[in-house]
Amino acid sequence: MRRAVLGVGRAAAWRIRAGAESGQQRQRSPPLSPVPAPPPPAFRFVSRPGPAGSESETVEQSPPQSPGPGKAGDAPNRRSGHVRGARVLSPPGRRAHLSSPGPSSSSEAREELRRRLRELIERSRVMIFSKSYCPHSTRVKELFSSLGVECNVLELDQVDDGAKIQEVLSGITNQKTVPNVFVNKVHVGGCDQTFQAYQSGLLQKLLEEDSAYDYDLIIVGGGSGGLSCAKEAAILGKKVMVLDFVVPSPQGTSWGLGGTCVNVGCIPKKLMHQAALLGQALCDSRKFGWEYDQQVKHKWETMTKAIQNHISSLNWGYRLSLREKAVAYVNSYGEFVEHHKIKATNKKGQETYYTAAQFVIATGERPRYLGIQGDKEYCITSDDLFSLPYCPGKTLVVGASYVALECAGFLAGFGLDVTVMVRSILLRGFDQEMAEKVGSYMEQHGVKFLRKFIPVMIQQLEKGSPGKLKVLAKSTEGTETIEGVYNTVLLAIGRDSCTRKIGLEKIGVKINEKSGKIPVNDVEQTSVPYVYAVGDILEGRPELTPVAIQSGKLLARRLFGASLEKCDYINVPTTVFTPLEYGCCGLAEEKAIEVYKKENLEIYHTLFWPLEWTVAGRENNTCYAKIICNKLDHDRVIGFHILGPNAGEVTQGFAAAMKCGLTKQLLDDTIGIHPTCGEVGNRRF
Amino acid sequence: LEDHLTGQRDYDLLVIGGGSGGLACAKEAAQLGRKVAVVDYVEPSPRGTRWGLGGTCVNVGCIPKKLMHQAALLGGLIRDAPHYGWEVAQPVPHDWRKMAEAVQNHVKSLNWGHRVQLQDRKVKYFNIKASFVDEHTVCGVAKGGKEILLSADHIIIATGGRPRYPTHIEGALEYGITSDDIFWLKESPGKTLVVGASYVALECAGFLTGIGLDATVMIRSIPLRGFDQQMSSMVIEHMASHGTQFLRGCAPSRVRRLPDGHLQVTWEDRTTGKEDTGTFDTVLWAIGRVPDTRSLNLEKAGVDTSPDTQKILVDSREGTSVPHIYAIGDVVEGRPELTPTAIMAGRLLVQRLFGGSSDVMDYDNVPTTVFTPLEYGCVGLSEEEAVARHGQEHVEVYHAHYKPLEFTVAGRDASQCYVKMVCLREPPQLVLGLHFLGPNAGEVTQGFALGIKCGASYAQVMRTVGIHPTCSEEVVKLRISKRSGLDPTVTGC
Repeated sequence: MRRAVLGVGRAAAWRIRAGAESGQQRQRSPPLSPVPAPPPPAFRFVSRPGPAGSESETVEQSPPQSPGPGKAGDAPNRRSGHVRGARVLSPPGRRAHLSSPGPSSSSEAREELRRRLRELIERSRVMIFSKSYCPHSTRVKELFSSLGVECNVLELDQVDDGAKIQEVLSGITNQKTVPNVFVNKVHVGGCDQTFQAYQSGLLQKLLEEDSAYDYDLIIVGGGSGGLSCAKEAAILGKKVMVLDFVVPSPQGTSWGLGGTCVNVGCIPKKLMHQAALLGQALCDSRKFGWEYDQQVKHKWETMTKAIQNHISSLNWGYRLSLREKAVAYVNSYGEFVEHHKIKATNKKGQETYYTAAQFVIATGERPRYLGIQGDKEYCITSDDLFSLPYCPGKTLVVGASYVALECAGFLAGFGLDVTVMVRSILLRGFDQEMAEKVGSYMEQHGVKFLRKFIPVMIQQLEKGSPGKLKVLAKSTEGTETIEGVYNTVLLAIGRDSCTRKIGLEKIGVKINEKSGKIPVNDVEQTSVPYVYAVGDILEGRPELTPVAIQSGKLLARRLFGASLEKCDYINVPTTVFTPLEYGCCGLAEEKAIEVYKKENLEIYHTLFWPLEWTVAGRENNTCYAKIICNKLDHDRVIGFHILGPNAGEVTQGFAAAMKCGLTKQLLDDTIGIHPTCGEVGNRRF
Repeated sequence: LEDHLTGQRDYDLLVIGGGSGGLACAKEAAQLGRKVAVVDYVEPSPRGTRWGLGGTCVNVGCIPKKLMHQAALLGGLIRDAPHYGWEVAQPVPHDWRKMAEAVQNHVKSLNWGHRVQLQDRKVKYFNIKASFVDEHTVCGVAKGGKEILLSADHIIIATGGRPRYPTHIEGALEYGITSDDIFWLKESPGKTLVVGASYVALECAGFLTGIGLDATVMIRSIPLRGFDQQMSSMVIEHMASHGTQFLRGCAPSRVRRLPDGHLQVTWEDRTTGKEDTGTFDTVLWAIGRVPDTRSLNLEKAGVDTSPDTQKILVDSREGTSVPHIYAIGDVVEGRPELTPTAIMAGRLLVQRLFGGSSDVMDYDNVPTTVFTPLEYGCVGLSEEEAVARHGQEHVEVYHAHYKPLEFTVAGRDASQCYVKMVCLREPPQLVLGLHFLGPNAGEVTQGFALGIKCGASYAQVMRTVGIHPTCSEEVVKLRISKRSGLDPTVTGC
């Protein structure tokens, strides 16, 4: 394996790094070939049952004492309204009429027609837009007839405004042809799709609409995954409830709706990272001609207040969007008590019971504690840091997770004295070459690292904001112990799934006893068929907001829409927002070697010097990118890694390209954008 | 001429022009073991500005432009800083001299780097002004007037282009400057009138405004011709709301120097027909570029040029009308005028000439970015072009107005942060073009250009998981089509 170190200006180069050319090794894993495109996304009518809002507010402000007051009876009625409502029922083949009133303008007429079509679809269990002479339409009608299902049929060739109706339908369903079939408000498609849905069992599922439960779906956990699933299910016309309750951290921190990402994760973290980057920008700006003499100081309180204000607005936004979509939001702790039944306990300890046909668990994770003397009393975690009312001062960060490094990075960026205590390796699971580079950049920028130590005791020396803590740590390799005094100790040693105290054992949902994670199949189903799970609590899935959002949304579409699309967990990109950002997609080098064997890989890499860094006088030979290609599959790119400014912005498009089967050849053929950091992928000389 | 007569030529390859494309050719050919020479000569601008080896991009283009753009961006970040807790007393003044010196020093280091690279690869470099003697021979004139004859088996013309001056406007040449001069000014240009609607015009006006100068752009017809017009109007909208002034539908007629040294510009408002005047410290022409072909004596070699543009006519393999003479870069008719395109075309050409390759340059889906204060990155077709080629009924445009997370706390206006993806309407909805307006647009666009090169469909892009929280994730979250008429404003995560 040879490594070329390049250093002349920006003329950075991709150099081949892998060794052996031989190797008749058979391919061990299937190549990452372009995935066949799914059928066009089916249009779903946004059905908003009943007036929005009232339920959630009532529940939250004065929790009901008994199960399902008022609203419990509301749901089945509403549903039966369109299933059994005798007035809309028609025998197969019955001709429906859309009376069109004298329209004042054509766009108004179109809107009116759209409204009437929607109404017709919403009120029909099965709605078929057909043409009487069309053999495909006849086949579909016969199918429903053979299933003994009554349906509403509109023969477009027999109504005056048939052509217009077809046009409006095509505008909203992206389907121009007949038959155009809707089952329980869900757009199924044409003849082929209807028969496919029948064969896959989807049609039968869509037809099953009866339920004696309070809700079609209850989601436990109002984080990214839970909310996306809830909103999508509501859009598909389902009666949905979200239970969300933030158990305060041991330090007493709690927050609003939206889960980890919004409150104590990605959002405040990226904003604090940005604050730290601005510190760097201020230094750079002098070199670019901006003149100020004073030593610029950072005020923690100003920043934190601004960030918390933004978060509050997001919390509010989530509340609003749930209300708009008529999702019932209950600020209570959910715990299963028996099959299809959950107990919701609010802040005052009042209990309410709800039932649902299906459940989604999306409770996420919370930071882990060390289990040593003084940890819960004196240490904080990422749950507390972003809303800390005072500057943390001299800080010890315990752990080497991305959370640990990101926090250490921005704290150091504010000029604080920061030490990271690492038990073993940095950024476990990430490419280790990149991880070490992330660490060494931090070290060069003032972060101290204590390797191979773990804390054994935390003592308070002084109270205060911040106070003073004494940390006793011991070596993981020998008997050596060390002592240090810090204002703040931040634990970032990992996260535990919130799955052990929600009554899963009562209904038999299996969890991995060791990790607490929930194993699911490829449609996010747990060991109990009507219970699904999304987000960080899933076993073996990436713990990332966009993944949770995507899988929650697709889950709702599979459950309640005419979709079979599964969440694709391959080549999920991510970025670590350390002072020098690290973006990656696909396999780490170690993992690639394990899967494909070293001799079948070609690794190209380059150091680069961002143009903006040159004048700023920042270091050369620091930013770095590498791609890992599979020689057995046309030099397909199976791993992309970049360490540099705006790594997240750069990585996203490469991830999209990898989804499309990016190869080294295509990479070489694509023209760079000059001068950017993105072009490093496209330069060779 | 003696060598020539005996059939022995001095070089395997002679490259005329030491810009991005020319240097790439020379280095590639040297790497393939060929005997190579590069001739480069910078004719001073009418204002006397001159520079070193590396061509437009390095000296008077991309590099100094992006650095001055960065200086302007830093100005914005300084204003953001107090929101994020940094106690900086506002406003912070900007010193042109300090910036210009830093930028110029960097450019000089790049000139030096190019010299060293040529030397390392044994490429002979001549700082001479070249013109053809015959189809295999070039005569070079050095600064002191000394002449030299060079012959080669293959010749590549890569002389690029230079800013165009208006010919009919009194005082234009005398008092105006161009992008050839602006980056090398020792003193601040002060209150500046930028004439033109090209990306050069908008970028220059953008960074001048950003470092605190009074900048006005005078546009005769449409801005950013050839780019997506919706995006282009949003670029202008953003600049206008951030202090750049615009004189639309106006054309200058006269520039005069006033006794106090200021420049008085007279222009005609084409809509009203009225004449108006204004005084400025600097007038910058950015009305287009002309190819540097006039002094080459191309007719001696028999190389054909376009009678309209004077650009060199080539085939898909960069060959001119003379079999062993080629042309690449901005000097060529009908090619995108972009550094990375010239480099790639040059490298591929040399690989075909000396490396046994048959790969030809693919000029489709070339990504680019306009470094206006709000950056605009794009690849593939504009919406207009897609509609023209495929018909309105067959094009689906997905779009979103988004707010970069960093803008929230800083209280910045995100009205023009916008992304749109132009697709075919029929499944699998092939992506025809991507247009991104927002911070780091270049970084965002690059990877998606790769995707489009791979034949990305809308569905594939949608199946790509986002990176949270970034601006680029908005691209993989584009769900709202223009056709649906739904509100494309992104809310929440």
